[in-house]
Amino acid sequence: MSIVECINVKKTYKQGKVEVAALRGINLSIDKGGFVALAGPSGSGKTTILNMIGGLDSADSGRIVVAGNSYEKMTQSQMAELRLHSIGFIFQAYNLIPVLSALENVEYVMLLQGIPADERRKRAKAILDEVGLEGKYDRRPAELSGGQQQRVAVARAIVSDPIIVLADEPTANLDSKNGQGLLEIMKEMNSKKNVTFIFSTHEEMVMEYARRIVYIKDGMVAEDRIKGE
Amino acid sequence: MYLQIAWRNIWRNPRRTTVIMIAVIIGVWNMIFLGALMRGIVVAMVNNGISTLTGDIQVHQKGFRNDPVIENSIKNPEILETILNNTLPSDAKWASRVRVSAIANNARHSSGITLAGIDPLREADISFIGEAVVQGSYLKADDKNGIMVGQALVDKFETKLGYKLILMSQDTSREIASRAFRISGIFKAELESTEKKFVFVNMPVLQQMLKLQNGISEVSIILPDHQDAHHVKNTLNADLPSNLEAATWRELLPMLDAYLKIYDGFILIWYLVVFIAMGFGIVNTTLMAVFERMREFGLLKSLGMKPGRIFAGILTETLILLLIGMAIGNILAFLCVYALSGSGIDLSSFAAGAEFAGMSRVIFPVISIWDLSAANLVVFVLGLLVSTYPAIKAARFTPVEALCHT
Repeated sequence: MSIVECINVKKTYKQGKVEVAALRGINLSIDKGGFVALAGPSGSGKTTILNMIGGLDSADSGRIVVAGNSYEKMTQSQMAELRLHSIGFIFQAYNLIPVLSALENVEYVMLLQGIPADERRKRAKAILDEVGLEGKYDRRPAELSGGQQQRVAVARAIVSDPIIVLADEPTANLDSKNGQGLLEIMKEMNSKKNVTFIFSTHEEMVMEYARRIVYIKDGMVAEDRIKGE
Repeated sequence: MYLQIAWRNIWRNPRRTTVIMIAVIIGVWNMIFLGALMRGIVVAMVNNGISTLTGDIQVHQKGFRNDPVIENSIKNPEILETILNNTLPSDAKWASRVRVSAIANNARHSSGITLAGIDPLREADISFIGEAVVQGSYLKADDKNGIMVGQALVDKFETKLGYKLILMSQDTSREIASRAFRISGIFKAELESTEKKFVFVNMPVLQQMLKLQNGISEVSIILPDHQDAHHVKNTLNADLPSNLEAATWRELLPMLDAYLKIYDGFILIWYLVVFIAMGFGIVNTTLMAVFERMREFGLLKSLGMKPGRIFAGILTETLILLLIGMAIGNILAFLCVYALSGSGIDLSSFAAGAEFAGMSRVIFPVISIWDLSAANLVVFVLGLLVSTYPAIKAARFTPVEALCHT
């Protein structure tokens, strides 16, 4: 069953007077529970398609449907609701809130969802324990290593049980050991919670973890390969 | 938790926050403390005006205010006295006076003055003169030759207690009437001009000198609550015979009334000017904070935060900043007012200039609820208003725009 459908999605950006076609008609269907890598060189359109799926940016034409929600008819407020309850994000630069502790960063999404403080705290601690950050609840991002910060970001992305998690080059700022550790966690969450993971990368090591690799080139799907087929 | 986050966000850049908070503190302190000094000047001017023989209300023969000559005196004060006893609040005080322009002479000097014939007992309750005598004694009801003279006039005439003073004025038959008095008391007033302008004698003596019989120039009334003057005046006017009229101090001292109206408008304009300087600081600081945290707003939006929540978050941060600044500014202003409440600010060295404007020699700050509310409301409402611009800006960025911000 498809959880993400992209049908002939096109997007052009203006850089000054020059128009750059970022997506030239992407067709993509991803099933629930998938662990999918969007691979391709820099500027191929990986981040753009992730942003489109996450509803952070809008397509010029084409259709995107996530968990049965067709974006073309949705308001900004409805998009925000969808992101809040159904989509988790992991960014290359971690993007943790510097004034909040690890625990509070994870709690924040649940705060926006209106979950009571006690439950927030309980769930946030449990997920931080799962990603190997037990005892580091009160540390601010500046007091954590890059790998630890990205684990907090993973915990934040999955704590509210989203349907899909979008990760934009999640291991790009990490060394290979930390990168592998993070991918192990993501894979574990994928199999344990049946959360769909879609991540962009151009690293071979990351692609090895994916069960499906979609190669993007010049804003189009160049190859779509499911491992073992 | 939102409040906690707002609090932490404020202190991300402690130096910048401290600077803008100091600006708010100085602004609020400035508005309240300097406002209290200005209000003190105005209150002293009003009190001087009222206690220097004006009172809250005066009753005159119609035409006296335009032409204060002896012919425009109240001929039958008994009717007026009955009306006053029946109409005025029980704790109101009043006194009759004869007041004429006169010339005072001694062997060396002469000067134009206002000669007031008073009922010493009643007058002591309603005007400054009751507590103003610093040498000699206050007029006694049976003293036919005594006169009370201001210190400044005594100095000018190079005379002293017990010496004679000749007074000349025009009587009811338009002849020059003159009489010698002996200085029995020397008074000091808040304004030097009052000391030079007024001399006081017993009313029956002056009535006799001016052939006025029992006629009087005016009745001056002091009310327990000065705010009631307009209402009491209207009640009085309804009861008075058609040849008499009552007027409040605002009508009797139109310059002072105009000054008060100008002051109320001026203080608001002044508050706005102070705020505009402060407002630029608030906008600048908030905008800088917004642009520094642009990527974070992108993150919050991607997590599902709605624009309204981002807007509210920025306003909460400004609100905390304003409330702390206002609280400290208010406390500082109150401390300054408290410190000056005993001794005031002595403007004796500028007395000539200050007197020209009717100001007292010593200014005591006065905090009025209106000034206090206006200052705090201006800072609070406009402070939040100006920070809506950066807050709207932060709320309007799309997540991608914000996340790509460097």
